[in-house]
Amino acid sequence: MSVLTERAQNLIEEFELFDDWMDRYQHVIDLGKELAPIDESFRSSDYRIHGCQSQVWLQPGQEGANVQFRADSDAQITKGLIAILLRVVNDAPAHEVAGADLAFLDQLELKEHLSPTRKNGLDAMIKQIRLYAGAMAARSSQSS
Amino acid sequence: MNSIAAMPNTANTPDLDAVRAAFPALQTEVHGHQVAYFDNAATAQKPQVVLDRIDQYYRQENANVHRGVHTMSQLATDAYEGARERMASFLGASDSREIIFTRGTTEAINLVASSFGRSFGPGDEIIVSAMEHHSNIVPWQLLCERTGARLQVVPVTEDGELDIEEFPILLNARTRLVALVHVSNSLGTINPVRRIITDAHGLGVPVLLDGAQATPHAPVNVQELDVDFYCLSSHKMFGPTGVGVLYGKAEHLEAMPPWQGGGDMIEEVSFTGTTFNEIPHKFEAGTPNIAGVIGMAAAADYLETLGWSWIKQQEQDLLGYATTQLSGIEGLRIIGTAPKKAAVLSFLVGATHPYDVGSVLDRLGIAVRTGHHCTQPLMKQYGIPGTVRASFAFYNTRPEIDRLAEGLRRAAQMLA
Ligand SMILES: Cc1ncc(COP(=O)(O)O)c(C=O)c1O
Repeated sequence: MSVLTERAQNLIEEFELFDDWMDRYQHVIDLGKELAPIDESFRSSDYRIHGCQSQVWLQPGQEGANVQFRADSDAQITKGLIAILLRVVNDAPAHEVAGADLAFLDQLELKEHLSPTRKNGLDAMIKQIRLYAGAMAARSSQSS
Repeated sequence: MNSIAAMPNTANTPDLDAVRAAFPALQTEVHGHQVAYFDNAATAQKPQVVLDRIDQYYRQENANVHRGVHTMSQLATDAYEGARERMASFLGASDSREIIFTRGTTEAINLVASSFGRSFGPGDEIIVSAMEHHSNIVPWQLLCERTGARLQVVPVTEDGELDIEEFPILLNARTRLVALVHVSNSLGTINPVRRIITDAHGLGVPVLLDGAQATPHAPVNVQELDVDFYCLSSHKMFGPTGVGVLYGKAEHLEAMPPWQGGGDMIEEVSFTGTTFNEIPHKFEAGTPNIAGVIGMAAAADYLETLGWSWIKQQEQDLLGYATTQLSGIEGLRIIGTAPKKAAVLSFLVGATHPYDVGSVLDRLGIAVRTGHHCTQPLMKQYGIPGTVRASFAFYNTRPEIDRLAEGLRRAAQMLA
C-alpha cells in the first residue's frame, strides 16, 4: 500500500469515529486550527488558488524528494480541509503526489456536505498540489 | 382547473399554509430537514400556477410566434403578445410596445448600454451608485471603453443608504444617463428613486432603474415614476428563469438602433440594406423564450391575486422578526440598516467567515447566500469579504426564522 493510500485510510478511520455531522465538522475545524502558518510573502495573488470563493493560499516546498506544502484560508472549514489534504501529501515523495488519486476526501463524508463552490475550490487546490509535485519530481529526477 | 385550486383561498387575506402548499420546491428535504429557503433574492421558488401554465403551453400551444398562418402559431402568438399586455399592466406602462422581452435584468441593461449608449462619446458621463449589482456596472464600463464616456459613482453611507446629497453634485450637463438599483440585493435598501428621477429630469437626463429586487416585493408603476427605462427578471418574481423585461419609453425605444440582428426584428432584408421592424419587435431578434414569457405573465397574475398589501405586510413582519431575533445573537452585525428596506438581511457573525456559516446552515437545511452578492465594490467599501444574506419571501415563516437563529447560534459555537 502506498504511503498516501495508507494515510488516507487512517483519516477515513479517524472520521468514522464520529457518527454525527456536527462532530465531523468540528473535527475539521479543529484540524484547521493546527495548521502551520504560511510565510507572509506567500499570501499574495500569485499563490492564491482560484476557484475557491473563500481565499486559499498554497505555499509549495520540498525536503529532498518529499513535498512539504503549507497553506492557509480565511474560512475555517476550508482551512480544515486543507489540513486534511496536507496531512496526506506532506512528507510523501513528489512523484507519488503528482500522480495521486486524492479522491479519498469523498469517503470522509464531508465533501458531499460542502457547497459545490467549495468543492470546486478543493478540486482546484488538489490540481495545484499535483502540478507543483509534478514539477518538483521532474526537477529532482533531472538533478539526480 | 388546477391553477384555481392552487390559489390560496382568498377572501381578503391568503392563508399562509395554502400559499406554501402552492410552491412544490418548498417541500424539498435538505440533509433530512424541510428546506428553509432564504435565498429568494438570488432566485425565488415557483408556484404551481406558473409551472402549470408553462406545461400547458408546451403540451397544447407550442408553435413559433409571429410567423405562421396556422392556428397553433396564432395561439402561441396570442399568448405571447397577451403576456406583453400583461407585463405592461404589471408595470403600469400605457403601451405594450414599450415592453421588450429579454433574458433578464442583465440583458435588459446590456441592451440599453449597447443601443441607447451608442451615441455616447468622450467626456460623457453615466451615473451609477456604489451599491450596484455587477450587472449594472460592467455593461457601462464596457460602454465607457468603447466610447470614452466616464462612470460617476454616487457613494453609499455607512448604514447602507445612497449619499443622496452627492447626487445633485455629480449630475451635470455631461451626464447622459443615471443607472441605479431600485432595491439593493445585498443590503435591501429601497432607494429614493422618485427624487432622483425628478432631479435628473430637471437637467433632461434620463434614468434607468434596475428593478430586479423591487418587482418581487412591491408594485411598480413606471408612469407614476416617470422612469425612462426599467429592468426586471422573471425568476426573482416567482416566474421562470431566462426571461425578463426591459421597459422603455416609446420615444427612446423608437429612436434607438437595434442591438442584435436576426429574424423577427426586420421589416425587409436585402443585400443593399435592411429595414427594421417597429418596436418592440425591433429589439427581439430570433425566436424568443415563448414559454418563459408566458410563465412570467402567470407569475405576475399570481402576485396580483395574492395582493401586494398582504405580500408587503408578510415580508415586513418577517424582516422585523428576523432583525429582532438575529440581533439577539452575540457578535452578530447587520450590514445595511437603512430605515426603508426590503426583506433582505445581510450580516456577519463575529469574526467567522460567511462560507463557514453558510456551510453549517446548509447542513441544517437552511438555504442562505454567502459571498459578495455580485456587489464587490460595496463589500470593499465595508472592508468585508462578503456577508451571509437571508432574503425573505412572503412564503417564509416565523418558525423558519427561529430555525435560522438557532442555526446561527450553533454555527457561532462551532466556529468560535
Ligand atoms: C439588483 C440586481 N440587479 C441585477 C441582477 C441580475 O439579474 P439577472 O441575473 O436575472 O439578469 C440581480 C440578480 O442577482 C440583482 O439582484
